[in-house]
Amino acid sequence: MMLSIRQLQSGYGRIQALHGIDMDIEAGEIITLIGANGAGKTTLLMTLCGKPRASSGQVFFDGEDITHLPTHEIVRRGIAHAPEGRHIFPRMTVLENLQMGAVVTPPKYFADDLERILALFPRLHERLDQRGGTLSGGEQQMLAIGRALMSRPRLLMLDEPSLGLAPLVVRQIFQIIREINRDQKVTVFLVEQNAFHALKLAHRAHVMVNGKITLSGTGEALLADPAVRAAYLEGGNVAFDRTERRA
Amino acid sequence: MEYFLQQLINGISLGAIYGLIALGYTMVYGIIGMINFAHGEIYMIGAFVSLIGFLFMGIIGVTYVPLALFIVLLMAMLFTAIYGWAIERIAYRPLRGSVKLAPLISAIGMSIVLQNYVQLAQGARVKPLQPIIQGGFELFTGNADYHVRLSYLQIVIVLVTVVLMAGFTYVITRTSLGRAQRATEQDMTMALLSGVNVDRIISTTFVMGAALAAVAGLMVTLYYGVIDFYIGFIAGMKAFTAAVLGGIGSLPGAMLGGLLIGLIEAFWSGYFTIGYKDVATFSILVLVLIFRPTGLLGKPEVEKV
Repeated sequence: MMLSIRQLQSGYGRIQALHGIDMDIEAGEIITLIGANGAGKTTLLMTLCGKPRASSGQVFFDGEDITHLPTHEIVRRGIAHAPEGRHIFPRMTVLENLQMGAVVTPPKYFADDLERILALFPRLHERLDQRGGTLSGGEQQMLAIGRALMSRPRLLMLDEPSLGLAPLVVRQIFQIIREINRDQKVTVFLVEQNAFHALKLAHRAHVMVNGKITLSGTGEALLADPAVRAAYLEGGNVAFDRTERRA
Repeated sequence: MEYFLQQLINGISLGAIYGLIALGYTMVYGIIGMINFAHGEIYMIGAFVSLIGFLFMGIIGVTYVPLALFIVLLMAMLFTAIYGWAIERIAYRPLRGSVKLAPLISAIGMSIVLQNYVQLAQGARVKPLQPIIQGGFELFTGNADYHVRLSYLQIVIVLVTVVLMAGFTYVITRTSLGRAQRATEQDMTMALLSGVNVDRIISTTFVMGAALAAVAGLMVTLYYGVIDFYIGFIAGMKAFTAAVLGGIGSLPGAMLGGLLIGLIEAFWSGYFTIGYKDVATFSILVLVLIFRPTGLLGKPEVEKV
């Protein structure tokens, strides 16, 4: 087991967001976590990175308890996080952003890694000297994923990579995620509100409601599940959530 | 004309010193968004360490001036770097993540503590130092009544400042340390997630700022020849004004602001009343805050959604 989460609880101040999460991620998988706004998906990913700290429970990565490690040490273990909102360094160039992704890797890998990432995202190649803040949403998302990959992660965590992007770009991004998983053998932990695409991509998936995992299964099983369909795929509440968030 | 030139030379030398202190303010502000009000005291401690250093050089018999200067410079930078590091560790780091006002008040407290500590340890009287670097060039000697004087010391001050600022700019813009500092400044959460040890980067920033203030302290000791425990307050306020004038958070802004404040002070003292030079400087602060709160080279704060 690559990542094991045991009875994880976490929150911000007195507001508890995670009420005992149990989850396992195996090497090579794409795991998807879906859920409505405020369910605690982002909090889960951030807690895995130690920000905020878990109030109880444990996280094991390759058998090592990483629950209380400082964030930069967790990243050093091989976990990369492309957080919600992309978090591109706005006044740094695309190249510098990618260099920031490589902080934890030895410099000798940089040239090869850069070439690999730019082959994956040719658009970034054209924009190497441009400031991150001036990129379009789709380009920023590519940069966020590319930057995460620069750290040579074994586990790549992606928080809503499709948020705010045009449908065509969304399809492109999901295609790239699939390639990364298949060709580069990177384990992917994907958090999405765009349930349809995310479930199609996933080997296994979980549904989160109010800080708890309520449903688990293969991606196809959840796609076919009437409860999931009703809550996340039909009725348009996903789209509703999204416009609300952007407003 | 000669008089104007003299004030220009004086203003640039003074401005270089303010610029060095202002860099410390602006760096710390850029990276953690607080005004380190104890920074002026760091500069004052730098001046005291330099004074003690020169006396020590005299005792052990290092009389070759460039060597003595170099050793004292390193000493001052080292000591203040330790102070800068310790202040951040003791007074600011425990408050990180609490309300924004807390570290600011802590900084003012730290400033008072350091002032009193030096007053107790070194006494309240003004400390003199005999001139170490003497002599200079006489320029434009055509006018028999007024000679423009460019002292060797002024040349040293400007030279050291230019070299330090160039080195500094290089570190910030070209090295991985500087990149990590800029990343921390622009998005601390993401810097953490990229694997940057943000605590260490912040400590390093304090250490760098303190070392620059030490250089300023050393040069003021040489320039004016007298120091006391209170010099940090007024110089700190002026350097802070310089940082705000240039645009707080902007490194070139701090240098430019320092230079402008130095020039304003020199010209005001030269052409108007010297007693009101501080009024002139701080009026600039008021005007900048009213008409251009982001400073000359500052970028407007964009509220992120």
